[in-house]
Amino acid sequence: MNSVILQIAEKYIRWLLLFFALTALLRGHHFPGGGFIAGLLAGLAVVFRSLAYSEEKVFRDFPVRPVTLLSAGLIMILLSFLPAWLTNRPFMTGVWVKPVLPLAGELKLGTPLVFDTGIFLSVTGVILLFLFSLKIPEKWK
Amino acid sequence: MHQALLIYLTVGGAAFLFPGVGGKRRALVPALLLAGFFLFFLFKLPFIAETGAWHQVILWIPELGLNLEFLLDGLSLFMVILVAGIGALVFLYSRVYMKEYQETGRFYLYLFLFAGSMTGLVLSANLIQLFIFWELTSVLSFLLIGFFHEKAEARRAAFQSLYITGFGGLCMLAGIILLGSIPGSYSLPAWLASSAAIRASSFYVPGLLLILVGAFTKSAQFPFHFWLPTAMKAPAPVSAYLHSATMVKAGFFLLARLAPVLGGTPEWKYIISSVGVLTMLVGSYLAISQKDIKSILAYTTINGLGILVLLIGINTEQSASAALIFLFVHAMYKATLFMMAGMIEKKTGTRDIDRLGGLARHMPVSFIIALLAALSMAGLPPMLGFLGKELIYEAKVELPGINFPLLVLGVLSNILMVAVSLAFLYKIFLGPPRRYAVAPDEKGWLLLAGPAVLALFSLVLGLFPDLIGNTLINTALPVMHAGAGEVDLKIWHGVNTVFFLSLLTVFFGLLLSWLIIRKTTLLEAWRRMNNAIFYIRFSELFSAAIDRFIAFSGRKEKVMQHGYHRYYILTIVSFTALLMWGKVILGGVEWPEMHVRVESFFIPVLVGVMVPAVLYSTLTRSRMAAIIDMGVVGYGISLIYMYFSAVDLAIMQILVETLTVVIFVLVLQRLPRFAILSTRRTRIRDLTVALVFGSVMTMVALFAVQANVPKPVSEYFQDRSLTDAFGRNVVNVILVDFRAFDTLGETVVLITAALGILVLIGKKTGKI
Repeated sequence: MNSVILQIAEKYIRWLLLFFALTALLRGHHFPGGGFIAGLLAGLAVVFRSLAYSEEKVFRDFPVRPVTLLSAGLIMILLSFLPAWLTNRPFMTGVWVKPVLPLAGELKLGTPLVFDTGIFLSVTGVILLFLFSLKIPEKWK
Repeated sequence: MHQALLIYLTVGGAAFLFPGVGGKRRALVPALLLAGFFLFFLFKLPFIAETGAWHQVILWIPELGLNLEFLLDGLSLFMVILVAGIGALVFLYSRVYMKEYQETGRFYLYLFLFAGSMTGLVLSANLIQLFIFWELTSVLSFLLIGFFHEKAEARRAAFQSLYITGFGGLCMLAGIILLGSIPGSYSLPAWLASSAAIRASSFYVPGLLLILVGAFTKSAQFPFHFWLPTAMKAPAPVSAYLHSATMVKAGFFLLARLAPVLGGTPEWKYIISSVGVLTMLVGSYLAISQKDIKSILAYTTINGLGILVLLIGINTEQSASAALIFLFVHAMYKATLFMMAGMIEKKTGTRDIDRLGGLARHMPVSFIIALLAALSMAGLPPMLGFLGKELIYEAKVELPGINFPLLVLGVLSNILMVAVSLAFLYKIFLGPPRRYAVAPDEKGWLLLAGPAVLALFSLVLGLFPDLIGNTLINTALPVMHAGAGEVDLKIWHGVNTVFFLSLLTVFFGLLLSWLIIRKTTLLEAWRRMNNAIFYIRFSELFSAAIDRFIAFSGRKEKVMQHGYHRYYILTIVSFTALLMWGKVILGGVEWPEMHVRVESFFIPVLVGVMVPAVLYSTLTRSRMAAIIDMGVVGYGISLIYMYFSAVDLAIMQILVETLTVVIFVLVLQRLPRFAILSTRRTRIRDLTVALVFGSVMTMVALFAVQANVPKPVSEYFQDRSLTDAFGRNVVNVILVDFRAFDTLGETVVLITAALGILVLIGKKTGKI
């Protein structure tokens, strides 16, 4: 599909979707959202782009390989278990730090966010893998 | 003890990891290590003789009763000394024997690992641990038999032994678990403590039978004996070490270990002794009709193993001491003879008895060694074998009840053994000389060193039996038979029944061997008769059965694994549906009560949109229309979620639905139109399956609403979400904190699916 309208729209929609994804990821702990939804949103941004151009082009221009995203996600998930393990707490216990920032007040940072980011990355990676597996094989061209 | 094993594994492993260090002397490292084992355990002998046992426990998984337990008592000391001593000699022998073959590094590695596993096996005091070592020896035996893997015969032999010993090992594991449930432990001391309870339990007979299958397959007892002669495709050091001296004794060792726990019952006595007697006869009878030296030795090994099993079945004090002595004797002479057989094959290029003769002229030292070993095998003085045979007769004579038939069969089998040993020794070394392509010589002194040491041991120990009787045997005896006194070994027992039995055996044995040597036609006639009577060849029968099974699996797979996705789904869906309907109809499940309530305006409208969409999607001929209709249903469902204020679910559903539809569209634009539409019959079938499954799912939903949980877990999550996990969005907190483990599992599933796609499609599309 080579539609100029889609291609122009895609420029803006892409950033909008990625922004939504980031928001969903960060505010997921308190409001609707979370890593899975964020992953789907980010994936949607790429799917939309490949609708406007083609999977081949998107794949060629894409900065990382989906497998890299997948592995980074899994590694982040595993990293999120480390603090509990190192402080000798039961496996997968959430560990939180609460630094007080000058303007924003108390900020609660915990391993669940790391875990959620890991899920975000893996879900995005999986969707990209699905998408790019549709590209027409080189030898068929 | 575990330190010794660890040192063995690390030093030896390092030697194999850095082959440059050892170079061509690679075989020396394991030989030195095993010699070290031999000395280490030999010096433990006074300590064990004094204290009785040395028990080490290392906690591994204590919750499951799985610990590493090592037990060094008289019996395991006896075994480990054999394993380590013969092992060291075999390694030295293989250094010359294996010289001209390729990939000897692999051979030494297997043999090295085998020696370690065998040591671990005899030192194990936890039965699960013992099973692990047991299986390791089976696997390594498989690898070693198949060492000449470019030969189809060797591969076949390797698989045969693996199937049989592996099957036995699994049976044994089942038996161990069954009997282990009585004391609630797999630790040998615990079993010993509750031996009376085990024998009285209703699990006793099935458990015993399963363990016996394991022991019988490993020790090549009838009717599992046939793997051992087939396994002679292995290089000679393997036959000498695994298939005569150590591994095949593992079955006997297990029985000896368990005799104080399981022994003393009629089942034990009659099953084990009858299998032992049968094996003994089969082995000695078939040995005479063989032509291949290694086959002859294999059948005599089967005979020896039968005798050992018979003795453990009789389970008296005399039989226990006879079994220990005979085990020792047998390991000595059989390892010697196998090594000599390997040497003869190497020097003359054949193992066929009819093409060998007059070797004494070319190989005088070998002749002396083989003579000593054959005398020991025949049970003639002054060798240690004579003592073994005397003790066996004594054990049988003093047995109340069943001694007469046992004695007759025992004498018969021993006559055959005398004939086999002497006749073949004469044929090979003294008989008419044959033409050899290259004149045989005795180069390579290491080939002779091992057999010579073992043969001299047999001779010296035969002359001075107290050297072994007062040390190894007397330490091991109380382990096998509680309360046993000291055994007194001497060559001359005076004129008694046993003496006459020996005379009888020797006389008829000599007569028979003279007949075999003088009248070659007699042996031919014997072989012909044998082929006529025993026309069933177990080994070939077994191979044929395995081939049939593989062919059957192939046919089955064509039916079951047809590769059509739609039929897989059809099978799964209809099976699940039928199972659940069956439960509802037969199981007397209470029907859920229905509360029909009309919701507000929104729901009926949504349903009014979704139902036609579903119907249209089944009827349309365009794939695209069907997909978009399914999308309509999906969005409808997400709106229903929204109505019940499940925002997270609704967002998720909308996103998933969008992605699915878009990806479907991307796929579908590449596919052609439908060329063939489903027939009427297919459509009716699909409709039926869909209706049955849909009704099941409806029912599940109704039951789920009715499910009576006293206190829903959701309240807990709602209460704790903010206080414990600092999150207001309960759904998310559940996902990333409370039930993070589930999420991890789901992510792994997702990633596995993605990797599957990568493998399936990646090949065609190129790198992704």
